Amino acid sequence: MTTAYNPMELMICVAARELEDGATLAVGTGAPCAAAMLAQKLNSPNLSIMFEAGSISPQLPEMPISVGDSRAGHKAVMVSTMGAVMETCQRGYVDYTFLGGAQIDMYGNLNSTYVGGTHQKPKVRFPGSGGANDFGSFCWKMMVLTVQDARRFVENCEFITTPGWLQGGNSRYEAGLPEGTGPYKVFTNMAIMDFEPESKRMRVISINPGYSMKDVQDNCGFELLKASKITETEPPTEVELRILREEVDPHRYVIGR
Amino acid sequence: MKTQAMIKEQECMTMNILKKGNGELFTDPDPDHARRFFQKKTRKMVNKAMPLSEAIKTFVHDGDYLATGGFGGNRAPIAACHEILRQGRKHMGFCGHTTTHDFEILCAGEAFDRLDAGYIVGLEARGLSPCARRYMQSGKVKVTEWTNYSLSARIRAAAMGVPFVPARNLLGTDTFDTSASMIIKCPYTGKKLSLHPALYPDVAIIHVHESDVYGNCRIRGILKSDNDLARAAKRTIITCERLISNEEIRRDPSETTIPYFLVDAVCEVPFGNYPGNMVYEYFSDEEHLREWLKVEEDPDLFREFLKKNIYDCKDHHEYINKNGGMEKMLRLRTIEHLLHKEANK
Repeated sequence: MTTAYNPMELMICVAARELEDGATLAVGTGAPCAAAMLAQKLNSPNLSIMFEAGSISPQLPEMPISVGDSRAGHKAVMVSTMGAVMETCQRGYVDYTFLGGAQIDMYGNLNSTYVGGTHQKPKVRFPGSGGANDFGSFCWKMMVLTVQDARRFVENCEFITTPGWLQGGNSRYEAGLPEGTGPYKVFTNMAIMDFEPESKRMRVISINPGYSMKDVQDNCGFELLKASKITETEPPTEVELRILREEVDPHRYVIGR
Repeated sequence: MKTQAMIKEQECMTMNILKKGNGELFTDPDPDHARRFFQKKTRKMVNKAMPLSEAIKTFVHDGDYLATGGFGGNRAPIAACHEILRQGRKHMGFCGHTTTHDFEILCAGEAFDRLDAGYIVGLEARGLSPCARRYMQSGKVKVTEWTNYSLSARIRAAAMGVPFVPARNLLGTDTFDTSASMIIKCPYTGKKLSLHPALYPDVAIIHVHESDVYGNCRIRGILKSDNDLARAAKRTIITCERLISNEEIRRDPSETTIPYFLVDAVCEVPFGNYPGNMVYEYFSDEEHLREWLKVEEDPDLFREFLKKNIYDCKDHHEYINKNGGMEKMLRLRTIEHLLHKEANK
């Protein structure tokens, strides 16, 4: 029996499966936070969430609107400073981060600063790094959760806000970023991608139900590599969907988008 | 032939700067200049309580570099941002260290024209501010790019009294290229490090839960960088939900986040973070924050909205009265209190 679900629900459920019990995770608001809450409520009760505003290991009652709001700090083990959280990442204590952006390239570099015009007079200005450059530099595994289209998945980011594998190969570590860190997986409505270990280029490893490899490539502005064996993504289970809809996001704040 | 000593001497003379960002540094990172300023500040424990309008008039000037405490809409000095607009401050520098609703207000008044950008323009899950976006796309603002941690680190360096602190972010990105950071080779490990120059704001405004009239402050919940910010700023204005006695401060000094000698003015402004979220006090007014974002889409309507909600208001109290008054405040207080009592039910 199949249960109907929308693309956002699919992405959140699939991404949540990556977060094992006992792991540490730095996230922002929105879909990544929903994935973290879902993981906590399903298989990873001891997933430790950290928010850049200073909250450490909260038990989220409902979706925070801001990573610095009362919900984000609810039943935390500690509320501290931004420096304390970021330096926990910089010291190597944080396993995962989830990021997004207006643009992503084949090496997982992200742009959340501006598009068009110049830096001093941009056509469209976005928030900038926020904590993204920091999390993307420091956390062991950087994951991206985003809707896939060719305007977002671009040949070259107009501005690299947050480092992915930079120019591929060993360029990330040559730039001085901490050894062993880097982009790990990308979750979209159409597929799951990882990064080929040598070239560090984005590679399709699993295709979501209802999509073909052609769909995935047609909605990407650069050539995707293909894993030797491409699987079909397990659709969200009834349990995953029920907890997501009833407990994680009952007001459809994220999944209603 | 070079001796070991000669090689060592040569190594010591190399500064090892590998790369410099192209962004402008808007503030002076020299710790001796800051020390000279701090040396002259009074350490006397005197009554600094005053109305907010007087504090802004006395300590916030055209051209000053301003930093706001709190985390965007959370425990942010919103009343003070309104007062800055009412008093018509211009050409300020601003520290966009996770600034959301405060940033939106200051953009509405075009109060600053130099900006260190960490997180700007957005209100997190609520979306982007059309007004802030228009202002940032107008070319009127000189921008230097940073990250949230970079600004924490810069404020930390100033609080430490040193010219910079090193970190491992920024490397390899355009964020670095448009920053005023430098990349050096670490003299101990040879690793590449990004430098974060000390940021001493001319003035910081921090909203807190409780303060005595001397400026000894208690903050509950997340701090972001406010402990360091009060230490880094040349002048610090405190707005507080409540004034408390010095006796109460001394009863449990472990609760004190900011000591009095860092503080220049103390202004009691209940609900001073409205429409934002003040942890343990009141939740955010999401409806009103949405109203801001919506009305900003039309510049003419927005001008009317600002006139009504800021320029025609005598003070923050009048703004609150125009938007639901005490009844609304009590409702937001109940939402906040229920969250802490009945969560995970």
